[in-house]
Amino acid sequence: MNRQPRPPFARAICENAAMSTPEQGIARMEPAPATVDAPLICEQCDTVHRNRVLARGEEILCVRCGAELARYHALDAGGMLALVLTALIVFVVANVWPVVTLGLGSQRISTTLWGTILMMWGQEAQVVAVVAAATLFFFPLNKMLMLGWVLWFARRGRRAPGFAFIMRTLYYLQPWTMTEVFVLGALVSIVKARAYFDVQPDPGIWAYGVLTLLITIFSGIDLRRLWDQTEPRA
Amino acid sequence: MSGPPRAHELGIIGCHVCGLVCREPAVEDAACPRCGAALHRRKHDSIRRTWALLLAAFMLYIPANVLPIMRTVSLGDVDDNTIISGVVELWVKGSPSLAVIVFTASIVVPMMKFLVLGTLLVSTQRRSGWALRQRAGLYRLVEFIGYWSMLDVFVVALLTALVRFGFFSQVEPLPGVVFFGLTVILTMFSSMSFDPRLMWDAPDHD
Repeated sequence: MNRQPRPPFARAICENAAMSTPEQGIARMEPAPATVDAPLICEQCDTVHRNRVLARGEEILCVRCGAELARYHALDAGGMLALVLTALIVFVVANVWPVVTLGLGSQRISTTLWGTILMMWGQEAQVVAVVAAATLFFFPLNKMLMLGWVLWFARRGRRAPGFAFIMRTLYYLQPWTMTEVFVLGALVSIVKARAYFDVQPDPGIWAYGVLTLLITIFSGIDLRRLWDQTEPRA
Repeated sequence: MSGPPRAHELGIIGCHVCGLVCREPAVEDAACPRCGAALHRRKHDSIRRTWALLLAAFMLYIPANVLPIMRTVSLGDVDDNTIISGVVELWVKGSPSLAVIVFTASIVVPMMKFLVLGTLLVSTQRRSGWALRQRAGLYRLVEFIGYWSMLDVFVVALLTALVRFGFFSQVEPLPGVVFFGLTVILTMFSSMSFDPRLMWDAPDHD
């Protein structure tokens, strides 16, 4: 094993895991071939399945509860990195340019995401401001930065510094990004406002649309395989 | 119990974060040797936590619907909108198809979450083997659609930031929107703390 200090309570299973023999198909400490050797356990019903290498378009569904256990991925780490970098650029565009402009007579008012967040903060709706800032700005941004960092090293089969911590954080952040909901919200707002004002969609809304597509693509990616594709020593 | 083996019967445990399969640890607070995440055979105190969060969410859902979420002031005319009156207005003045979407996100989805999670909790507590596969599907559905309910909250936020024409027209958020946002977050936490594996632990299925 490596020299990294480990919390003391982890030792019990480390020894257990080390004891387990490869014939039983239980993953050992060396991660390399474990993708196929180790069984797949359904997270939703605890059923154990044999794992295998998937061909294009294939997926493994749980025989007991029907949950998806694994799916073929065409993208390697380099491809995912390209996707994340694209998403980062689009994210900057989406946040710098205004989303929508309203016109009433000669007056024009436009807003960005941050304009919206600060407005809610100032209007006695701080809870909403915090939720919006977290789910629409900080979480998506952190997700992209952390993914980019991890993938940058994973391209060469290495684990980035802080790999385990980042992978755990990414797992817990997963359900808390709501960019696609915001895009739908912007559309609803435009339709609502159109009854009273001149409405003009701005570059921000298009960027958000593209960002939604990109996020949808990489939310379908199972990051767990990065554990099997990288070597423990960074 | 027949059918394919389950991890617990084989004495193994899968890490929910990195997927590593280990022998079931003897100690209670074990961590995954590969990624360091806590290993649980079942989520800790799942039923009780899910109930608590679900009930809290339901209590907040009442003011979220009764109190207005948004105030529109135009030429001195004050108009307070609740979630449902916003949907009606969208139907009448804007586009009926978007009204259906907003109605689904703000009314149907939260109600469905209360009903589905409530049903899952009761049936799991009674160790029922009834329609397990369908119940598993319902749980996945609730997990998948949960966060879309935030739609109305973002609509109010955007309109507040955009409609600032002073005396002519002005939009302000009202307390209902805060209650509604909290409802959505609590239902999300509630469905996350439910452990669907408990449904399959019932002794009398297959």
